[in-house]
Amino acid sequence: MANIISDETIEYVGILAKLELSDAEKEQAKADMGRMLDYIDKLGELDTDGVEPMSHVFSVENVFREDVVTNGDDRERLLSNAPQEKDGMFVVPPTF
Amino acid sequence: MDILDMTALQLSAAIKKGVTTAVEATEQMLSRIDAQDQTYNCYVTVDAEGALAQAKAVQKRIEAGELTGPLAGVPVAIKDNLCTEGLRTTCSSKILHNFVPTYTAEAVKNLQRAGAVILGKTNMDEFAMGSTTETSAYGVTRNPHNTEHVPGGSSGGSAAAVAANECFYAIGSDTGGSIRQPASYCGVVGMKPTYGTVSRYGLIAYGSSLDQIGPLTKDVADCAAVLEVLTSHDEKDSTSIARKDTDFTAALKDDVKGLRIGIPNDYLGKGLDGEVREAVLRAADVLKEIGAVVEHFDLSLAEYAIPAYYTIAAAEASSNLERFDGVKYGYRTEEYAGLHNMYKKSRSEGFGEEVKRRIMLGSFVLSSGYYDAYYLKALKVKALIKKAFDDAFSKYDVILGPAAPTTAPKLGESLADPIQMYLGDIYTIAVNLAGLPGICLPCGTDSKGLPIGLQLIGDCFQEKKLIRAAYGYESVRGDSNA
Repeated sequence: MANIISDETIEYVGILAKLELSDAEKEQAKADMGRMLDYIDKLGELDTDGVEPMSHVFSVENVFREDVVTNGDDRERLLSNAPQEKDGMFVVPPTF
Repeated sequence: MDILDMTALQLSAAIKKGVTTAVEATEQMLSRIDAQDQTYNCYVTVDAEGALAQAKAVQKRIEAGELTGPLAGVPVAIKDNLCTEGLRTTCSSKILHNFVPTYTAEAVKNLQRAGAVILGKTNMDEFAMGSTTETSAYGVTRNPHNTEHVPGGSSGGSAAAVAANECFYAIGSDTGGSIRQPASYCGVVGMKPTYGTVSRYGLIAYGSSLDQIGPLTKDVADCAAVLEVLTSHDEKDSTSIARKDTDFTAALKDDVKGLRIGIPNDYLGKGLDGEVREAVLRAADVLKEIGAVVEHFDLSLAEYAIPAYYTIAAAEASSNLERFDGVKYGYRTEEYAGLHNMYKKSRSEGFGEEVKRRIMLGSFVLSSGYYDAYYLKALKVKALIKKAFDDAFSKYDVILGPAAPTTAPKLGESLADPIQMYLGDIYTIAVNLAGLPGICLPCGTDSKGLPIGLQLIGDCFQEKKLIRAAYGYESVRGDSNA
């Protein structure tokens, strides 16, 4: 395997991905990601010098519209999906 | 004729003639689902009460002459990643187990405007990530042709529901083959339109630059009719295209004379099952016999589509799925210490294994230091793949090949080796990268009696050529092959 994923890398990716993995899951993730990156390295066979990266197939430009409110007041219905709400607001744990 | 055996167009015509009603069709379909969905598990949620209420309202409007379209009154099944106001939408994930959308996806609204009756929401791979519908948090869906086999994925519930006659047609989404591959495995017609044709507003995003919504139907005529209804320009989706020439049913002509069809040699090589190869080439011969010009050619770059796709799709998924954080909707973990721990635990407990694998990969390829080497590289390869198709479409109207290398694998055989599973997407995935339309329709069965699918790929905005080729083939295919 050409790509060895270190413990530090998997920790770092876990932070970026906002995922908490058990030790067993971390080992699995290291192996999976290493194998996948080995496979993706195949793209290196292609010479892409001077090729423009294509994010969208059709040239997408900014699409503008007037800033007009079209939806109604959905607060109650939106909050009814929240795991926890109080006085018309989402409740979250302490942030510090 | 048993009304449950009718196509969508036949049923709507029968309703208009007064032979049956939307209410009767809905009632019968609901009892069919009730009787057999324990076996197949096509649906995550069946909305019996809502469907009957819709059917009554639609029937009234048909009788009043307000609804005259070719799909009025026809019951439909919707993939569970399309938001439906007031009806639970789970994406087949635990993290959305109790999510009830406050609005309806634009594509579904278009169906409702045309008089559709929504039966319920179909099972899928979690967040559309998978090729078998086995990553669903709500159990596997079984292939109606053989319940030991998978229906394909990720729109496996939709494809199986059409094949099992548990709906008259269904809606799916296709990011890397998720409509065409299950259509192939289940022996139904499935189409992914040109990117931007159907509004993605209200589709729970996986890979936004690749996702398209499309129909799964019993035949090509239904497919064209449903696509016509789904298509619209929508300001709420910034990638939506104002298309002209969208009367797709006008292409339902039994005439393929002079149509130039290319078969990529790359699509017939290593890894392709012999029986699938034979059936697909037989279909090409049939098209030749009725007047198409068929040639083999080298498409090139086919083997680079999968690594490019999984890089791009994982990157977009890692970003799109950041919104699931246990605050605004969905699952929140029981115990936590502070905000960040709540986020992490909710996500880790709420997402399944395959989803976490792709979020991790996507976060990695987008991280500083790796972005250029992986993500940007994949976007450059995508440009090369698009160019290879441009070259091919300068010579051909339609590209023909298989939709999948094999027929449906057995349940439980695919998930152990993710890369092996990803390789099964080889014939469908490049179509998404290049934004092209593709249709899959049945072209035979293998020795086990499992359906084989024929895939036809068109240049951007050339759905009509695909429909013409597919309809022409279907008209002469004969029932023995279906």
